[in-house]
Amino acid sequence: MHELSIVEGVMNMVRESALQSNIMKVNKLKLVIGRLSMVLPDSLQFCFQALSQDEFFRDAVLEIEQREILIQCGKCKQQFVLEDVYCYICPGCGANEVEIIQGRELYLDYYEGEEN
Amino acid sequence: MVQVKMESNLLGANELLARKNRNLFAGQGLLVVNLMSSPGSGKTTILERTIDVLGGQLKMGVIEGDLYTDQDAQRIEKKGVKVIQINTEGACHLDAGMVGNAFGQLPSGDMDLMFIENVGNLVCPAEFDLGEDFRAVVISTTEGNDKPLKYPFIFRQARVILLNKIDLLPYTDFSLDKFSDDLARLNPSAPVFMVSGRTGEGIKTWTEWLLGEVKRKKP
Repeated sequence: MHELSIVEGVMNMVRESALQSNIMKVNKLKLVIGRLSMVLPDSLQFCFQALSQDEFFRDAVLEIEQREILIQCGKCKQQFVLEDVYCYICPGCGANEVEIIQGRELYLDYYEGEEN
Repeated sequence: MVQVKMESNLLGANELLARKNRNLFAGQGLLVVNLMSSPGSGKTTILERTIDVLGGQLKMGVIEGDLYTDQDAQRIEKKGVKVIQINTEGACHLDAGMVGNAFGQLPSGDMDLMFIENVGNLVCPAEFDLGEDFRAVVISTTEGNDKPLKYPFIFRQARVILLNKIDLLPYTDFSLDKFSDDLARLNPSAPVFMVSGRTGEGIKTWTEWLLGEVKRKKP
Protein backbone atom coordinates (compact mmCIF):
# COMPACT_ATOMS: atom_id res chain seq x y z
CA MET A 1 0.00 0.00 0.00
CA HIS A 2 1.64 3.22 1.15
CA GLU A 3 4.19 1.91 3.60
CA LEU A 4 6.46 4.94 3.36
CA SER A 5 3.82 7.36 4.61
CA ILE A 6 2.80 4.89 7.30
CA VAL A 7 6.37 4.65 8.60
CA GLU A 8 6.71 8.42 8.46
CA GLY A 9 3.50 8.73 10.48
CA VAL A 10 4.77 6.27 13.09
CA MET A 11 8.08 8.06 13.42
CA ASN A 12 6.39 11.43 13.85
CA MET A 13 4.12 9.95 16.49
CA VAL A 14 7.10 8.56 18.41
CA ARG A 15 9.13 11.75 18.10
CA GLU A 16 6.27 13.82 19.47
CA SER A 17 5.64 11.44 22.36
CA ALA A 18 9.35 11.08 23.18
CA LEU A 19 9.71 14.83 23.42
CA GLN A 20 7.04 14.89 26.12
CA SER A 21 8.47 11.86 27.93
CA ASN A 22 12.00 13.26 27.84
CA ILE A 23 13.30 10.32 25.78
CA MET A 24 16.47 11.04 23.82
CA LYS A 25 16.93 7.88 21.83
CA VAL A 26 14.65 5.05 20.68
CA ASN A 27 15.66 1.37 20.90
CA LYS A 28 12.57 -0.41 19.73
CA LEU A 29 9.21 0.16 18.12
CA LYS A 30 6.47 -2.42 18.03
CA LEU A 31 3.78 -2.40 15.35
CA VAL A 32 0.77 -4.69 15.12
CA ILE A 33 -0.63 -5.35 11.66
CA GLY A 34 -3.46 -7.63 10.65
CA ARG A 35 -3.32 -9.76 7.54
CA LEU A 36 -6.18 -7.72 6.11
CA SER A 37 -4.46 -4.36 6.58
CA MET A 38 -2.72 -4.73 3.22
CA VAL A 39 0.57 -3.50 4.62
CA LEU A 40 3.70 -5.48 3.83
CA PRO A 41 6.10 -6.09 6.74
CA ASP A 42 9.16 -6.29 4.47
CA SER A 43 8.27 -3.01 2.88
CA LEU A 44 7.76 -1.40 6.31
CA GLN A 45 11.21 -2.60 7.37
CA PHE A 46 12.78 -1.25 4.20
CA CYS A 47 11.13 2.15 4.61
CA PHE A 48 12.11 2.25 8.28
CA GLN A 49 15.74 1.51 7.43
CA ALA A 50 15.71 4.27 4.84
CA LEU A 51 14.18 6.87 7.17
CA SER A 52 15.88 6.05 10.48
CA GLN A 53 19.30 7.50 9.77
CA ASP A 54 19.38 10.20 12.43
CA GLU A 55 20.73 9.87 15.98
CA PHE A 56 17.26 9.47 17.48
CA PHE A 57 16.25 6.34 15.50
CA ARG A 58 19.60 4.96 14.25
CA ASP A 59 19.82 2.00 16.68
CA ALA A 60 16.11 1.29 16.86
CA VAL A 61 14.65 -2.08 15.93
CA LEU A 62 11.26 -2.29 14.30
CA GLU A 63 9.31 -5.28 15.55
CA ILE A 64 6.20 -6.25 13.62
CA GLU A 65 3.55 -8.58 14.97
CA GLN A 66 1.25 -9.98 12.32
CA ARG A 67 -2.27 -11.00 13.33
CA GLU A 68 -4.29 -13.71 11.65
CA ILE A 69 -7.76 -13.06 10.29
CA LEU A 70 -10.34 -14.20 12.81
CA ILE A 71 -13.98 -14.54 11.84
CA GLN A 72 -17.09 -15.18 13.90
CA CYS A 73 -20.18 -16.76 12.44
CA GLY A 74 -23.39 -14.76 12.89
CA LYS A 75 -25.42 -17.98 13.10
CA CYS A 76 -23.50 -20.56 15.14
CA LYS A 77 -21.27 -17.94 16.86
CA GLN A 78 -18.15 -20.11 16.45
CA GLN A 79 -14.83 -18.39 15.78
CA PHE A 80 -12.35 -19.50 13.14
CA VAL A 81 -8.97 -18.44 11.83
CA LEU A 82 -9.48 -17.60 8.18
CA GLU A 83 -6.80 -19.35 6.13
CA ASP A 84 -8.30 -18.51 2.77
CA VAL A 85 -8.84 -14.76 2.41
CA TYR A 86 -11.29 -15.45 -0.40
CA CYS A 87 -13.86 -17.39 1.51
CA TYR A 88 -16.14 -15.71 4.03
CA ILE A 89 -18.40 -18.67 4.65
CA CYS A 90 -18.57 -20.29 8.09
CA PRO A 91 -16.49 -23.50 8.06
CA GLY A 92 -18.67 -24.79 10.91
CA CYS A 93 -22.25 -24.40 9.70
CA GLY A 94 -21.92 -23.01 6.18
CA ALA A 95 -23.70 -19.72 6.94
CA ASN A 96 -22.54 -16.74 4.90
CA GLU A 97 -22.99 -14.06 7.54
CA VAL A 98 -19.56 -13.96 9.10
CA GLU A 99 -17.99 -11.01 10.83
CA ILE A 100 -14.30 -10.18 10.78
CA ILE A 101 -13.25 -9.74 14.40
CA GLN A 102 -9.48 -9.63 13.95
CA GLY A 103 -7.10 -8.98 11.07
CA ARG A 104 -7.64 -5.32 10.27
CA GLU A 105 -5.23 -4.04 12.94
CA LEU A 106 -2.75 -1.35 12.02
CA TYR A 107 -1.35 0.30 15.10
CA LEU A 108 1.73 1.30 17.02
CA ASP A 109 1.68 -0.77 20.20
CA TYR A 110 4.60 0.76 22.11
CA TYR A 111 8.15 2.03 21.81
CA GLU A 112 11.14 1.77 24.08
CA GLY A 113 13.78 4.40 24.56
CA GLU A 114 16.39 5.90 26.82
CA GLU A 115 15.58 8.82 29.04
CA ASN A 116 17.72 11.86 29.22
CA MET B 1 15.20 2.29 29.50
CA VAL B 2 11.49 3.06 29.46
CA GLN B 3 8.62 1.63 27.52
CA VAL B 4 5.89 3.97 26.36
CA LYS B 5 2.56 2.34 25.58
CA MET B 6 0.90 4.00 22.60
CA GLU B 7 -1.81 1.77 21.08
CA SER B 8 -2.24 4.44 18.41
CA ASN B 9 -4.19 3.51 15.33
CA LEU B 10 -2.10 4.50 12.32
CA LEU B 11 -5.19 5.45 10.38
CA GLY B 12 -6.79 7.03 13.46
CA ALA B 13 -6.63 10.57 12.13
CA ASN B 14 -8.51 9.53 9.00
CA GLU B 15 -11.09 7.55 10.94
CA LEU B 16 -11.82 10.53 13.16
CA LEU B 17 -12.48 12.74 10.13
CA ALA B 18 -14.55 9.99 8.47
CA ARG B 19 -16.79 9.87 11.53
CA LYS B 20 -17.20 13.64 11.32
CA ASN B 21 -18.20 13.39 7.65
CA ARG B 22 -20.64 10.58 8.39
CA ASN B 23 -22.40 12.64 11.08
CA LEU B 24 -22.58 15.60 8.74
CA PHE B 25 -24.11 13.51 5.94
CA ALA B 26 -26.58 11.84 8.31
CA GLY B 27 -27.71 15.23 9.64
CA GLN B 28 -28.78 16.19 6.12
CA GLY B 29 -30.39 12.83 5.30
CA LEU B 30 -27.91 12.57 2.44
CA LEU B 31 -26.93 9.19 0.98
CA VAL B 32 -23.23 9.08 0.10
CA VAL B 33 -21.76 6.43 -2.19
CA ASN B 34 -18.02 5.82 -2.53
CA LEU B 35 -17.51 4.63 -6.10
CA MET B 36 -14.36 2.59 -6.63
CA SER B 37 -12.74 0.59 -9.42
CA SER B 38 -9.53 0.19 -11.37
CA PRO B 39 -8.73 2.85 -13.99
CA GLY B 40 -10.90 2.58 -17.08
CA SER B 41 -13.66 0.41 -15.65
CA GLY B 42 -16.25 3.03 -16.46
CA LYS B 43 -17.02 4.80 -13.17
CA THR B 44 -17.60 8.18 -14.82
CA THR B 45 -19.74 6.76 -17.63
CA ILE B 46 -21.90 4.91 -15.10
CA LEU B 47 -22.22 8.15 -13.15
CA GLU B 48 -23.34 9.99 -16.28
CA ARG B 49 -25.96 7.31 -16.99
CA THR B 50 -27.12 7.35 -13.37
CA ILE B 51 -27.53 11.12 -13.47
CA ASP B 52 -29.51 10.82 -16.73
CA VAL B 53 -32.03 8.57 -14.98
CA LEU B 54 -32.15 10.04 -11.46
CA GLY B 55 -31.23 13.69 -12.10
CA GLY B 56 -34.87 14.67 -12.66
CA GLN B 57 -36.14 13.30 -9.36
CA LEU B 58 -33.15 13.68 -7.00
CA LYS B 59 -30.81 16.50 -6.13
CA MET B 60 -27.38 15.06 -6.72
CA GLY B 61 -23.78 16.10 -6.16
CA VAL B 62 -20.45 14.56 -7.09
CA ILE B 63 -16.97 14.75 -5.60
CA GLU B 64 -14.45 13.75 -8.26
CA GLY B 65 -11.09 12.33 -7.27
CA ASP B 66 -8.34 12.39 -9.84
CA LEU B 67 -4.56 12.59 -9.73
CA TYR B 68 -4.13 15.73 -11.85
CA THR B 69 -6.92 16.44 -14.35
CA ASP B 70 -10.49 17.70 -14.13
CA GLN B 71 -11.68 15.88 -17.25
CA ASP B 72 -14.15 13.70 -15.35
CA ALA B 73 -15.52 16.68 -13.43
CA GLN B 74 -16.15 18.50 -16.70
CA ARG B 75 -18.11 15.52 -18.00
CA ILE B 76 -20.28 15.47 -14.88
CA GLU B 77 -20.77 19.24 -14.92
CA LYS B 78 -22.21 18.98 -18.43
CA LYS B 79 -24.98 16.88 -16.92
CA GLY B 80 -26.01 19.86 -14.81
CA VAL B 81 -24.92 18.35 -11.50
CA LYS B 82 -22.87 20.13 -8.83
CA VAL B 83 -19.35 18.75 -8.85
CA ILE B 84 -16.23 19.46 -6.81
CA GLN B 85 -12.86 18.30 -8.10
CA ILE B 86 -10.17 16.96 -5.79
CA ASN B 87 -6.73 16.60 -7.34
CA THR B 88 -4.63 14.30 -5.20
CA GLU B 89 -1.42 15.37 -7.00
CA GLY B 90 -0.25 11.80 -7.33
CA ALA B 91 -1.68 10.28 -4.17
CA CYS B 92 -3.36 6.97 -4.93
CA HIS B 93 -6.55 7.40 -2.88
CA LEU B 94 -8.92 9.95 -1.38
CA ASP B 95 -8.96 10.42 2.38
CA ALA B 96 -11.66 11.68 4.72
CA GLY B 97 -10.02 15.09 5.15
CA MET B 98 -10.06 15.79 1.40
CA VAL B 99 -13.71 14.74 1.17
CA GLY B 100 -14.69 16.89 4.15
CA ASN B 101 -13.09 19.96 2.54
CA ALA B 102 -14.71 19.30 -0.82
CA PHE B 103 -18.10 18.73 0.79
CA GLY B 104 -17.84 22.17 2.40
CA GLN B 105 -17.76 23.69 -1.07
CA LEU B 106 -21.04 22.07 -2.13
CA PRO B 107 -24.31 23.90 -1.36
CA SER B 108 -25.22 22.70 2.11
CA GLY B 109 -28.43 20.85 2.89
CA ASP B 110 -29.44 20.76 -0.74
CA MET B 111 -28.77 17.17 -1.82
CA ASP B 112 -30.38 13.73 -1.66
CA LEU B 113 -27.55 11.69 -3.15
CA MET B 114 -23.82 12.32 -3.40
CA PHE B 115 -21.27 10.21 -5.21
CA ILE B 116 -17.58 10.26 -4.39
CA GLU B 117 -15.68 8.98 -7.41
CA ASN B 118 -12.46 7.63 -5.94
CA VAL B 119 -9.09 7.47 -7.69
CA GLY B 120 -8.94 4.47 -10.05
CA ASN B 121 -7.19 1.88 -7.90
CA LEU B 122 -8.31 -1.39 -6.32
CA VAL B 123 -5.80 -1.38 -3.47
CA CYS B 124 -5.35 1.79 -1.41
CA PRO B 125 -8.84 3.36 -1.52
CA ALA B 126 -10.19 0.27 0.26
CA GLU B 127 -8.25 1.19 3.38
CA PHE B 128 -9.65 4.72 3.74
CA ASP B 129 -13.08 5.33 5.20
CA LEU B 130 -14.46 8.57 3.77
CA GLY B 131 -17.61 8.65 5.87
CA GLU B 132 -19.72 7.18 3.06
CA ASP B 133 -22.87 5.12 3.59
CA PHE B 134 -21.53 2.36 1.41
CA ARG B 135 -19.04 1.43 -1.25
CA ALA B 136 -19.95 0.54 -4.79
CA VAL B 137 -17.24 -1.31 -6.71
CA VAL B 138 -17.23 -1.35 -10.50
CA ILE B 139 -15.45 -4.07 -12.47
CA SER B 140 -15.62 -4.40 -16.24
CA THR B 141 -15.72 -7.56 -18.32
CA THR B 142 -12.53 -6.56 -20.16
CA GLU B 143 -10.53 -6.67 -16.91
CA GLY B 144 -11.13 -10.39 -16.49
CA ASN B 145 -13.14 -12.36 -13.96
CA ASP B 146 -10.13 -12.93 -11.70
CA LYS B 147 -10.19 -9.45 -10.15
CA PRO B 148 -12.28 -10.26 -7.04
CA LEU B 149 -9.77 -12.92 -6.02
CA LYS B 150 -6.80 -10.72 -6.85
CA TYR B 151 -8.18 -7.78 -4.83
CA PRO B 152 -10.36 -9.55 -2.25
CA PHE B 153 -10.41 -6.75 0.30
CA ILE B 154 -12.12 -4.14 -1.85
CA PHE B 155 -14.68 -6.64 -3.13
CA ARG B 156 -15.34 -7.91 0.38
CA GLN B 157 -16.14 -4.37 1.56
CA ALA B 158 -18.46 -3.53 -1.31
CA ARG B 159 -22.12 -3.14 -0.47
CA VAL B 160 -22.94 -3.42 -4.16
CA ILE B 161 -20.98 -4.51 -7.24
CA LEU B 162 -21.50 -3.34 -10.81
CA LEU B 163 -20.22 -5.47 -13.66
CA ASN B 164 -19.75 -3.00 -16.50
CA LYS B 165 -19.18 -3.41 -20.27
CA ILE B 166 -21.61 -6.29 -20.35
CA ASP B 167 -22.12 -5.50 -24.05
CA LEU B 168 -18.53 -6.63 -24.67
CA LEU B 169 -18.96 -9.97 -22.88
CA PRO B 170 -19.05 -12.08 -26.12
CA TYR B 171 -15.66 -10.65 -27.12
CA THR B 172 -13.86 -11.51 -23.86
CA ASP B 173 -12.92 -14.64 -21.93
CA PHE B 174 -14.75 -13.32 -18.87
CA SER B 175 -16.46 -16.23 -17.10
CA LEU B 176 -19.70 -15.12 -15.47
CA ASP B 177 -19.96 -18.46 -13.65
CA LYS B 178 -16.52 -18.19 -12.11
CA PHE B 179 -17.12 -14.54 -11.23
CA SER B 180 -20.41 -15.38 -9.47
CA ASP B 181 -18.87 -18.34 -7.64
CA ASP B 182 -15.98 -16.22 -6.35
CA LEU B 183 -18.28 -13.45 -5.16
CA ALA B 184 -20.62 -15.95 -3.50
CA ARG B 185 -17.75 -16.91 -1.21
CA LEU B 186 -16.13 -13.50 -0.87
CA ASN B 187 -19.18 -11.29 -0.45
CA PRO B 188 -22.42 -13.25 -0.63
CA SER B 189 -24.70 -10.42 0.49
CA ALA B 190 -23.71 -7.84 -2.16
CA PRO B 191 -26.10 -7.52 -5.09
CA VAL B 192 -24.40 -7.57 -8.50
CA PHE B 193 -25.80 -5.40 -11.29
CA MET B 194 -24.79 -6.15 -14.85
CA VAL B 195 -24.66 -2.92 -16.82
CA SER B 196 -23.29 -1.30 -19.91
CA GLY B 197 -22.32 2.33 -19.57
CA ARG B 198 -22.08 2.53 -23.35
CA THR B 199 -25.50 1.13 -24.31
CA GLY B 200 -27.34 1.87 -21.06
CA GLU B 201 -28.29 -1.78 -20.59
CA GLY B 202 -29.06 -2.66 -16.94
CA ILE B 203 -28.80 0.94 -15.72
CA LYS B 204 -32.49 1.11 -14.84
CA THR B 205 -32.29 -1.89 -12.47
CA TRP B 206 -29.28 -0.31 -10.75
CA THR B 207 -30.91 3.11 -10.36
CA GLU B 208 -34.11 1.58 -8.98
CA TRP B 209 -32.11 -0.19 -6.29
CA LEU B 210 -30.19 3.03 -5.59
CA LEU B 211 -33.40 5.04 -5.31
CA GLY B 212 -34.57 2.62 -2.64
CA GLU B 213 -31.37 3.28 -0.69
CA VAL B 214 -31.82 7.06 -0.98
CA LYS B 215 -35.37 6.82 0.35
CA ARG B 216 -34.26 4.65 3.23
CA LYS B 217 -31.72 7.31 4.29
CA LYS B 218 -34.23 10.17 4.24
CA PRO B 219 -35.35 11.19 7.75
